[in-house]
Parts: sequence; C-alpha cells; structure tokens
Amino acid sequence: MNRQIIKLFAFIVALFAVLVGFTSYWSVFDAKALKEKNANKRPLLEQQQIKRGRILTADGTVIARSVPKGQGEALRYVRRYPEGSLFGHPIGYSFVQEGDSEFEQFHNDELVGNESEFSSILDELRGRAQEGNDIVTNLDSEAQRVATADLEEAGFGAVVAIEPKTGRVKVMASNASFDPNRVPYELEKLNTNETETPLLNRAAQGRYPPGSTFKVVTAAAGLDSGTITPETAINAPGSLDVQGIPLQNDFNEDFGPITLDTALTNSVNTWFAQLGEKVGEDTLFEYMDKFGFDSKPAIDLPSDQVLPSGILEGNTLLGPNDPIDIARVAIGQERLLATPLQMAQVAAAVANGGKLMKPQIWSRVVDPDGRVTKRLDPSEYSQPISKETAEELTTAMEGVVNEGTGTNAAISGVTVAGKTGTAETPYNESCGGGTEENQAWFMGFAPAEDPKIAIAASVECTEQFGNDVAAPIFRDVAETILNGE
Amino acid sequence: MSARNRELMALVPVALLLTAGFAAVFAQENAKLDNASLIYGAYFFAVCLATHFYLRIRLPKADPYLFPMVALLMAFGLVMVYRIDASLARDQANWIVLGLVLFSLTIHFLRDYDVLERYRYTIAGVGLLLLLAPRLPGVGQQVNGAYLGVKLGPLAFQPAEFSKICLVVFLASYLREHREVLIVGARRVLGVTLPPLKHFGPMLVVWGASMFMLVFIRDLGSSLMFFAAFLSLLYVATGRFSFVVIGMAMFLVGAWFFASTVPHVHDRVEIWLDPYAHPQTTGYQILQSIFAQADGGLFGKGFGQGLITIPGTNSALLPAAQTDTIYSLIVNELGLFGACAVVAIYLLFSARGFKIALLADDGFSKLLATGLTAVFAIQAFVIIGGVTRVIPLTGVTLPFISYGGSSIVANFVLLALLLLVSDRARREAEAL
Repeated sequence: MNRQIIKLFAFIVALFAVLVGFTSYWSVFDAKALKEKNANKRPLLEQQQIKRGRILTADGTVIARSVPKGQGEALRYVRRYPEGSLFGHPIGYSFVQEGDSEFEQFHNDELVGNESEFSSILDELRGRAQEGNDIVTNLDSEAQRVATADLEEAGFGAVVAIEPKTGRVKVMASNASFDPNRVPYELEKLNTNETETPLLNRAAQGRYPPGSTFKVVTAAAGLDSGTITPETAINAPGSLDVQGIPLQNDFNEDFGPITLDTALTNSVNTWFAQLGEKVGEDTLFEYMDKFGFDSKPAIDLPSDQVLPSGILEGNTLLGPNDPIDIARVAIGQERLLATPLQMAQVAAAVANGGKLMKPQIWSRVVDPDGRVTKRLDPSEYSQPISKETAEELTTAMEGVVNEGTGTNAAISGVTVAGKTGTAETPYNESCGGGTEENQAWFMGFAPAEDPKIAIAASVECTEQFGNDVAAPIFRDVAETILNGE
Repeated sequence: MSARNRELMALVPVALLLTAGFAAVFAQENAKLDNASLIYGAYFFAVCLATHFYLRIRLPKADPYLFPMVALLMAFGLVMVYRIDASLARDQANWIVLGLVLFSLTIHFLRDYDVLERYRYTIAGVGLLLLLAPRLPGVGQQVNGAYLGVKLGPLAFQPAEFSKICLVVFLASYLREHREVLIVGARRVLGVTLPPLKHFGPMLVVWGASMFMLVFIRDLGSSLMFFAAFLSLLYVATGRFSFVVIGMAMFLVGAWFFASTVPHVHDRVEIWLDPYAHPQTTGYQILQSIFAQADGGLFGKGFGQGLITIPGTNSALLPAAQTDTIYSLIVNELGLFGACAVVAIYLLFSARGFKIALLADDGFSKLLATGLTAVFAIQAFVIIGGVTRVIPLTGVTLPFISYGGSSIVANFVLLALLLLVSDRARREAEAL
C-alpha cells in the first residue's frame, strides 16, 4: 500500500499547487484587471479611506478638501467644496458612489498619493498611511467670481482666461454650473437637466460658431503665409456672390479697397471671405491646426471631457479635401465650431508673439509635509505664426477696441487688443427656436504691448451682439486680473 | 532530541507568532501596543503546554510536528477571527478548549483504537444518521439553501464534520478486510477492470451517501470531500487506478444529473461558471472573494488593514469572512506570501499524516491514517479551491482556521486518532 500512499500524496501536492496557482493568478497576475471591474467597489472604498489632497486656487482659496466621517474601521473621507458652484467647472467632483469628473478625475493619482508598489511598501514598513497631495491651481478666485457673476447676468456661456507666456489657466467659468456638494444627492437630476446642462463644461465641451472672432485666424494665415501684407488692399463690396448665395457686410456697407487694419476694425465680411479664398483650404487648415483646431486641447482635463474645434459634419471633423465653403469658413460661418478654450488659445498665441503654450490648470503639487514635489514647467504647444505676424495682428486688433466693433472691451489706461464675434443662430432648438438669437463672442488680450492675460468670452442664445454682452465680460475679467497683479 | 522535546521547541515560536499577530491587530486598531497581546499569547502557550504534557505522558512517541502545526493554524485563525470580531474569537477560544478536552478523551479511551473495527457498522450507521439529521424535523436547520446544521436545544452543530471521521473509520476497517477480494475478484470487462459486485455493495452505499448529500443536504462541498476521501482510500487499499476512474465517472454522472435537477446545486455551479452574471446577488460572495485577493497582491495590506464591511455600514464587503472566505481575507491582508504559508502548513500536515500511514504496520492503521489525512487535506482544498474559483464555492470550513465549533472539535478528534496511530507505529518501529 505504501506505493499508493506516496502517489496519493503526490496527487495532494498537485492539488495544492493548483491552489497556489489560482491564488497567484487572482492576487498578482490578474489583479490589475480585477481592480478595474465595475462590480469591484473595493478600490473606491479604499480610496475613500485615504485623505485626498486639497485643491487650491493660486491665491490660496480652498476649492476642495476632504473631511473625516466616522471612526476606526468606519473612518472615511468625504469631499467638500467650500466654494460651491463657483469651481463646479473645471474642478468637477469626486465621490465613491458617483465617481469623479474633470480636474478631480485627471489629477486623481496625485490627489490620492498613488505611488509605485515599491514605495508604498516602504511607506507601510514605516507605518505611514497613504495620504494625498495638495494641488495648487493657477485659478484666480476673484477673477473666476467676476466671470461667473457676469455670465449669470448675460446667459449661458463660458469664459476662459489664459496667461499667454505660460499657458496658465486663470479663469475657466461655465454657466450653468453646479454645486459639487450636491452631486451625491442629485446627480441624476443634474444629468437629465436638458435645458441648463449644468454638468457640461461649456469652456472645453461647448462648441459654438465662432463668427467674426475667427477672422483673426484667417488674417494670421494670410499674413504669415505671405498671401497679404498689412499694406495689401482688397476691394470689399457690400455683397459678394459666393457659391450662388450672396455674402453680405452688415447693412450691405461697401468699403471699397481697404487694408487689414480697416477690415478687422470694421469686421468686413466680404474682405475676409476673399482673403480666405486667396489663402486656400490647405493653408487655412494648416494654420488652424497649428492654433490647436482639429485636435483635443492639451489641457489637464480628461480627454473624454474636452472637444476639438473645427469644421464639423455631425461629430466628424472635416479636412481640406472635403467640400467646404472656404469663404464662409474664413468669416467663422459654414459648419465651423469652436470652444471658448480654443478661441482663448488663439488670443493667447497672438499675445505671446505667435507662440502657443499648452494651457494648464494645475500649478504645483504639494506633499503632506508641505514640500513642493512637482511644479508646472510651461511648455510650448506650437508656433503658429511669426513674431512679426503677431505684432501686425495685435495692431489690427487694437483698432477693433479703440475705434471698431469692440469698444466695450476698452479698459482705461490699458491698451486692449481683441475681436468681437456675433454668429447668428436662428431656429436653434437649444435657444428655444427663436429667430433673433446669436452666439456672442469677444476674444482678446491686454495690455497689448506686454500681454498679461488672454481671454475668450462667449454667450449663447442672446439677442445682443458680441460688443454688448461679451466684451464687457472680457473687460471686467481682464481688469480684475490686471489689478490683482 | 526526543519527539516530545521537539514538539515543545516547535510550540515556542508558534506562541510568539500568535503574540505578534495580536500585537499587530491591536496596533492597527488602537494605534498603540497593548499588554493584552502578551496575555493572550501567554494563555495560548499555557493551553498548548498543557496539551503537550498530556501527550508527553500518554503518547510519548507520537509525531512531534502535527500538534505544533495545528497550533500554528489555530494561531492564524484566532488572530484573523479576532480581527473580524473580538467576541467571535472568544467563542473560538472556548471551542478550542472544548476541542482539546475531546482530543484528550479520545486519546484516553481509544488508546487501543482497534476497538473501532469491531463497531464499524455501528459507526457507519452513526455517520449516516448524522448526515440525515439536518433534514430531520425538529432538529434540522437550513443555512443558505443547504441543510448543514443541527440544533439540539442550545447546542447547534454541523454533523458533516463528525460524519467524515465515522466514514473514514468505517472505510478503513471495511477495506482492510475486503481489499484482497476486491483485488483478486476483479474482472476485466471490455478492457476495464471492474470490482466484484458482491463485495462492492458497501462501497456503493458510500456513493449513494454522497449523492444523497447532494440531493437532500444540498451540500456540494461535503459531498465532494466525502467522495474524494472514499476514492483515496479505495485506491490506496486496492492499488487499482481503474476503480478510481470508475468511481470518479460515477460521481460526475451523479453530480451532473443532480446539478441539473436540484436547484441549489445547479445554482452553485452556474455561479461558479459565470459569477459576473449577477454580481450583486448570487455572484457577490465569490466575486468579492476574488476582488479581496486581487487587492492583496504579493505582500498583502497587513493584519487588520483589509476591508470586510463597507465603511460606515453593516453590509458585508466580504461575506462570511470568518468562515467560508477567511482564506480570501488572509490573501488580502497577508498577500500571496501569507497565503502560500497557509497552504504550505496544510501540505506539511498532509506529509506528516501520510508518513504515519507509511510507518504503520497493520492495514487498518495504514488506511485509517491515510483516510484521516486525505479527508483533512481535501477539506482544505475544497474550501480554498472554492474561494479561488477552482471549484464551485461551498460552505466548508478551513480546518483549524475558520470560525466554527463543530469544525474545531471534530478536527481535534481527527488529530487525536492520527496521533494514536502514530504513537503505536513509532513504538513498534523502535521495538524492531
């Protein structure tokens, strides 16, 4: 019988080897996939036991912090947002049941203090509980407050303010917003609110016809490609026949032969339509792409929560070989759509001597001991236009505010460069289907000679023009930021 | 060094380990060290010492490693159960003391364990009666759709734990007597060696009992454990692998038939095959068991650091953590390394058990030691395999670790029998 006993033991050894094999599979080899399973709430519950780091504005205002609830085994942290809806966008929310969004989601690893398995074992040996890092953002709480208050008065819309030299995002406001503290109680309601869409960050996800603000891109392409110079005169009649449909100036005004300065100051449609045709599809697309169109912005927000700007058929971006009406694209019409973030980037690139910096909300990561572990190193996204082109454009944009269509953006004692936009959006269902509704825009920067801030403001479904409703927002926000310097 | 001195030396580190384990749990819960861990350690060591001195007098030659290994498993169990619920650990400690009393009584009265052979049919009858008991009106209890428990007044227990010992004793005795005829009388039919029907009758009773358990007790785990023990013994006694194959086929056919007709058994198999079908209800336990393991990684989260309930609520994140899924909690808190240590202890226990069987002189002792060891090892396999999704998850305890009086007491009786066989075998070996 001894031989059989030994064989039986061998069989038991084999069975136990299978157990070790399966245990290894679940605990090590398949562990990552298991942690990502939807049914697995364990990682979230554990994250809840970690004190998530705070999120602060550049001036030290606490946007988000975690407060303890319960004791011992029941100890967990819950997110609080002391500023309520003010930073609903772009900060978003983070809760165990409801998940997370926007900035909270993008910077999750830093906020919960996730490290490599090795260093977390070292921490465990030292008896240290995992603790999250604070993140200081570039956001300016006063300017965000001003932008939000102005938007609430003007209507749904968004404001984005970027420091041109660094790409630091100082304001990102979107109206309607939401109070992240309410998310655990009314996420469903927020999600299904079709009239206000409070969870939509209009600054990065709201795509609107840019109207005349886009003429700056057309002008940039024209100057930088050498198609025109500031001295080139183009005849600008009151109306122009483009693809069988008349393209008109406001009040059919006939300007005669004029140069860029006059054309931009008065936002002459027929002038820019012809420039667009001279520049051509390929060149215009090349410059659009360098300004950031046709790809998702390189900002620190989750990629499913930002949208690319461009010429859109449904959700598909069209290219230079698709049949498009280039003359109308050149004046910001056709199927061209842009986010307020994109237009702020255009203003920022012009303001920064033609260099487009990557827009970033975060500024530095501070560990629980108060040490700065990471600091934003501003980096260049592209150089769409030369310094000369940028200077020539700035001069033209100064005219817009000094004597043109954007006078309401003027700040006393400061030179402002900018461009208005008023895209007609009649019969738009999201605006209630009226005939008089516009998408009102203003984008620009100040001070023109040494730009500190570039801003785009956009208001949906307004019967007013860019200069009436968007330019004042620009002025208020720019003034607040410049005064705070 | 004598066997008992080796046992004594081995018990010291076990007691220290238990002390360290409690210290770790206290440190986690109160963020300070507490003298209580030393007191618990001392109590534990005192109980182990008492047992050790009893063995020194009664079974001086018995295997010196089995008891320390059991003490190690108990230490693991006590710390884990304490960390889940302190009051459960107190119960567990009481059960251990009761188990040790029964352990001593078994050794005292069954010093000449051959007497068991005389009562083998009585023992078999008691075993069957124990199996039946959960379905008897008045005493039976249904737990999670299976009939596992018996309640007699204030005393509730799981009879399957005791029934397995009866079964092994009966089989060892029966096979000792009939193994010759089973081998010689075997005939080859269609190239397959079949056992003689006449002597195989009682064997069919065991198969019937396993199927019976599936249908009436709905206890897939115990059924599997019993049948595996039966096949192990049959194989060791006859050396005929074909018997095992036939038995396995019979079990699978029966299990397949009942799995498709008995709803509870059918559900268990369905959950095993696709736990993600109902992740919040039927699949919850096995999924959470696997998620807990995934969270453990190589080194685990540390004693007392794992989540058992959803924080702030009383809902279980790891259901039945103190019994069925205690292994998953071990993986979660001590990691793959800790879990491997536990599996290794069971394996070493089996190795010592089979060594006793090899050493034993007479057929009954050999088969008894083999059967007891096999049923112990397979019980560990069934529950660890269950929570790691090797086989369907069923409610079997992890011997000496899981919370549960019946399991602790019954396994102490099992240990007593093994030590009795060992003592005699080693005495006889030395006498030669």
